[in-house]
Amino acid sequence: MNSVIEMIEGLGRSVLNALARLGLAGRFFLAILMVIGVPLRRFSLLVRELYFSGVRSLLIIVVSGTFVGMVLAIQGYEVLQRFGSAETLGVLVALSLVRELGPVVTALLFAGRAGSAVTAEIGLMQATDQIAAMDMMAVNPIARIISPRFLASVVSLPLLACMFSAAGVFGAYLVGVKLIGIDDGSFWSQMQAGVDFRLDIVNGLIKSLVFGVAVGLIAVFEGYYAPPTAEGVSSATTRTVVTSSLAVLMLDFVLTVWMFRGLNG
Amino acid sequence: MKKSKFDLAVGLFVAAGILALVFLAMKVGNLTGLETSEGYRVEARFDNIGGLKVRAPVKSAGVVVGRVDSITLDSQTYEAKAILRIDQNYKFSKDTIASILTSGLLGEQYVSLEAGGDSVYLGQGDRISKTQPAMILEKLISQFLFSKASESTGTSK
Amino acid sequence: MPLPAACMDHEMSVVKSAPTHPDPLIEIKDVHFAYDERPILRGLSLSVRKGEVLAVMGGSGSGKTTLLGLIGGRILPNKGKILVDGQNVPKLDRAALYALRTRFGMLFQFGALFTDLSVFDNVAFPYREQTNLPESVIRDLVLLKLQAVGLRGAAGLMPSQLSGGMARRVALARAVALDPMLMLYDEPFTGLDPISTGIVARLIRRLNDAFGLTSLVVTHDLDASLKIADRVIVLAEGQVYRDLTPDDVRTTTDAFVRQFADGLPDGPVPFHYPAPPLLDQLLGKTVAGPNGGGTP
Ligand SMILES: Nc1ncnc2c1ncn2[C@@H]1O[C@H](COP(=O)(O)OP(=O)(O)OP(=O)(O)O)[C@@H](O)[C@H]1O
Ligand SMILES: [Mg+2]
Repeated sequence: MNSVIEMIEGLGRSVLNALARLGLAGRFFLAILMVIGVPLRRFSLLVRELYFSGVRSLLIIVVSGTFVGMVLAIQGYEVLQRFGSAETLGVLVALSLVRELGPVVTALLFAGRAGSAVTAEIGLMQATDQIAAMDMMAVNPIARIISPRFLASVVSLPLLACMFSAAGVFGAYLVGVKLIGIDDGSFWSQMQAGVDFRLDIVNGLIKSLVFGVAVGLIAVFEGYYAPPTAEGVSSATTRTVVTSSLAVLMLDFVLTVWMFRGLNG
Repeated sequence: MKKSKFDLAVGLFVAAGILALVFLAMKVGNLTGLETSEGYRVEARFDNIGGLKVRAPVKSAGVVVGRVDSITLDSQTYEAKAILRIDQNYKFSKDTIASILTSGLLGEQYVSLEAGGDSVYLGQGDRISKTQPAMILEKLISQFLFSKASESTGTSK
Repeated sequence: MPLPAACMDHEMSVVKSAPTHPDPLIEIKDVHFAYDERPILRGLSLSVRKGEVLAVMGGSGSGKTTLLGLIGGRILPNKGKILVDGQNVPKLDRAALYALRTRFGMLFQFGALFTDLSVFDNVAFPYREQTNLPESVIRDLVLLKLQAVGLRGAAGLMPSQLSGGMARRVALARAVALDPMLMLYDEPFTGLDPISTGIVARLIRRLNDAFGLTSLVVTHDLDASLKIADRVIVLAEGQVYRDLTPDDVRTTTDAFVRQFADGLPDGPVPFHYPAPPLLDQLLGKTVAGPNGGGTP
């Protein structure tokens, strides 16, 4: 009996903790938005973060995109040729990339590559009093440190997702057309006939924008509130990757339902 | 503000991202095609649209000339009402026949337009009066069996 | 900003000039502060005169860092007034607090230099953020400040290339960049060898006198603080427990102060964090304890 009550108490506590943390994150988000103009006005702050988040992620994104596209082409061809419609490979690959894999895989890779680095950097700045020192110098650390990193994530992710999808289509082209020998013309024309700019490409962009907000917020939040110890920073870094990945996958589901509902009407 | 060593790399990065987007829009998607040109809308009613979907192509002689804009059911006549958006560059005569066809045996369904000989052209909001519903495989089979059955009963009499 | 850099080049004897202004720069009245349920400060009152160097001592966890946080407005008291230059810090809004803080300089325990900026850029940071000075003027000012702490030659280095003592001195140059009225030092001597300690201690005194500052130095280093301070206070039980001159500290027979001065492990300041009697806990008689105590 006692243990049951204890269990329920434990559950209640963890739910309350999670809610408190969510509330904290919400307030933090608002604080960031209040000063989001700073990195826009002082562009060099944003440029530096774009370099570390975006440019440094470029290689892994392009390489992954190419390989994902190539694998999609092989697997897709294998299935499609059973139904005698191998020329529709282009549509299959392009839609998978632009709608889902581009935004989602890019966000997952980005969380691991750039998000974790941002968390570790901010966590260390916190642990070594750099943030406190800045605050004492009457420079708002949210404006000067946090918001450029957040904004860089929001800007980089859609750009990276586009590059991922483009690289993927290119990879599929290499395998499908150059290797397997699907007709060049029908590969592209089927793709163009099947992929809609607004419905597929713009929706994919919107997805990656939302993921950019989520991953960016989680990364700076975990870093800012990381316990100022080596262990605290390292576990915050791990949490950034885990939480962002979960958030991306769940948001993807919600966005997909919302975007593609009633499409078959 | 002094120039930073990041400027060039970030500039190239953003340019590459935008280039990728342009590539997706132009080469992968169909931004260059019909979606940008305004086009005009015509209405076509079918007894049955089969598996026709919104955004399915509208073709004439195999060339894509437009897309299906919306599909609704007219609750008075119980006909399917499809709005077709057709590219401005293409004109079709009033007596054009719209039929729902399937590309390949199991492929996607599309609307085919066969131009007639009328000198008056369809315009915004006009209605295509001659239509052919989608072929429903089950109906075709049952029609075929029925005709076979009546044939055989006819000869046995 | 007149900069008497020349007077800082030659070795200055550590002479304590008596505070010239008797009026207080900081006045703390009956401040209470608790982390969660645990009271740290209980009715602390303190006044700091303009121009003096005040050493703040006290056992670990006695609330010295907390006190600096309260003065800087980084944490808010549960009760009480903290007047700095006539303004009640806890009641200030963000803009007013930031305006006040531009006149503070704070030296953190390990310097807290921005690790992504060079030594030069670290010292230039306050100028670039708070002033509209042209870059050429900033350059001169930064070099003068670095000269004052003897590290002009290290301007191009990154913080990771500095020793602890050098980092502390760079941080000092950064802290005094905007010619503050008040300097807050949180344990400026920890982890420094005796020579570096001496250098930093002299710098604290020298900067204080040269720029007419007021300085609060939180420290465990009795020797160093006796050399540079005009006054020593000891925090205990959430209050100012003793308020002495350096000479008093050397001669007093007060058991509490002697424990500090002589470095005795146990005395009025207990060695143990509050806990139930050891035997009780080992025998599992108490429930409370670090591991949830003994099982009933
Ligand atoms: N963020 C915090 N949350 C909860 N308790 C804290 C926090 N910071 C400090 N404390 C507690 O407050 C008390 C006073 O801390 P403070 O840092 O002011 O001590 P201190 O006098 O500076 O000690 P030291 O000489 O070791 O630096 C300590 O017992 C500490 O455990
Ligand atoms: Mg401390």
